[in-house]
Amino acid sequence: MPFNWDLVWSSFGPIVTGAVTGTIPLTLASFVLGLALALLVALMRLSRNAVVSGAARFYVSVIRGTPLLVQLFVIFYGLPSLGVKLDPWPSAIIAFSLNVGGYAAEVIRAAILSVPKGQWEAGHTIGMSSGQALRRIILPQAARVSVPPLSNTFISLVKDTSLASLILVTELFRNAQQIAAFSQEFMVLYLEAALVYWVVCLALSTGQSALEKRLDRYVAH
Amino acid sequence: MSPTSQPGDRPARGASPMAKPVLSVRNLAKAFGSNVVLRDIDLDVRRGNVVALIGPSGSGKTTVLRSLNGLETPDAGTVTFADTDTGTDLALDFSAKVSKKDVSDLRDRSAMVFQHYNLFPHMTVLQNVIEGPVQVQKRKRAEAIADAEKLLARVGLSDKRDAYPFELSGGQQQRVGIVRALALKPQLLLFDEPTSALDPELVGEVLGVIQELAEEGWTMVIVTHELAFARQVADEVIFMDGGVVVERGPAAEVLRAPRQERTRQFVRRLLHEF
Repeated sequence: MPFNWDLVWSSFGPIVTGAVTGTIPLTLASFVLGLALALLVALMRLSRNAVVSGAARFYVSVIRGTPLLVQLFVIFYGLPSLGVKLDPWPSAIIAFSLNVGGYAAEVIRAAILSVPKGQWEAGHTIGMSSGQALRRIILPQAARVSVPPLSNTFISLVKDTSLASLILVTELFRNAQQIAAFSQEFMVLYLEAALVYWVVCLALSTGQSALEKRLDRYVAH
Repeated sequence: MSPTSQPGDRPARGASPMAKPVLSVRNLAKAFGSNVVLRDIDLDVRRGNVVALIGPSGSGKTTVLRSLNGLETPDAGTVTFADTDTGTDLALDFSAKVSKKDVSDLRDRSAMVFQHYNLFPHMTVLQNVIEGPVQVQKRKRAEAIADAEKLLARVGLSDKRDAYPFELSGGQQQRVGIVRALALKPQLLLFDEPTSALDPELVGEVLGVIQELAEEGWTMVIVTHELAFARQVADEVIFMDGGVVVERGPAAEVLRAPRQERTRQFVRRLLHEF
């Protein structure tokens, strides 16, 4: 069977378009919202109030203990039976944000705890409130520690967004699937999709290295 | 001059003993669970005076110091700051619940130098020093920088202005720690074993700076194991053991001719370690 180069070239456009208009914005939106949620959940987990930290613990447990695909389906296919009908895009963003929120919360919590207690005290002693100390002293240091694990979460998310194809979001993988079904060239299309995911993740890894290098400027080597 | 004074002792000076203390602590008490760390501690610090807290580890001296800066919350007792600016005293009674506002007012009056420096590692030396003045005291940045540069020059660290803490020796880091405290313009400086984490050859440069501050008339409370240093700079020495004050008095008397057996043992052990 001759390799179908024509198909490779003609399908390349829709697949990259799917990445640019689907996968990448979906990833970015979900990651940003998820991180904000994660910070909140991490702070709740660190709260001395048992109800607050318990609620956060429960949330993290549910997110980590259930498949992402199931979470996605509950939101898109399940919620309508409760009268909440969401379009594919909002459903996907909500599901992925909640997912990132659960995983990243544990990363951020650990990173905050890794900053020595003396840093809080030094912040307090120059007159800072706990909020100020958190913002100015603790989080910048926690950020450095959490870049590698959060980059993992980010890169996983890029690939996980392919699940959104199952709730009809037009993104990279859905475009590949449709062309594959139409042309019956499964191998070509799915390898092509894999290649584009890989390139996106390579770019992100490069960004991660640059960020780590920048944040490492104040530690001894 | 006290009859026991010798060369090398701190010359008598400062406010008269009758003057109202800047800081008064009465009946301070604290326990961690069943472990009593402070029992009935009284402390008076007069303007321009240096008080040294000495004692074996676990004696509670650091807890007293940290209580003065709101880093520990005592279970009972009062801390009173005489406010010379407004004439109104700040009085905290730890037997009742102390408000956040009061703790923050207490902190505003003093500044702490830590055993392990606790500089902010993600900020340069200059940023460390101006962080409090700019972010907390809302002073003008340019003004805070000018002040910081003067202070850094005083401790011989002008050339380290843009270095990160990890690039400095322990002695340099601690001098930055002192400058960070001074930049807040506090009424009271608190030192928590400022040289205990330093290599022996770096102790001198830090003690030198503290001594200069004493000579300039800064009011200070110092927790230290450096007895010779305490004799030189302190007006009063308080020896604590097991959460209580065992002995107190002029530095020369307590360190040279202690009245209590426990003090004698401690002083002897520290002065003749080898």
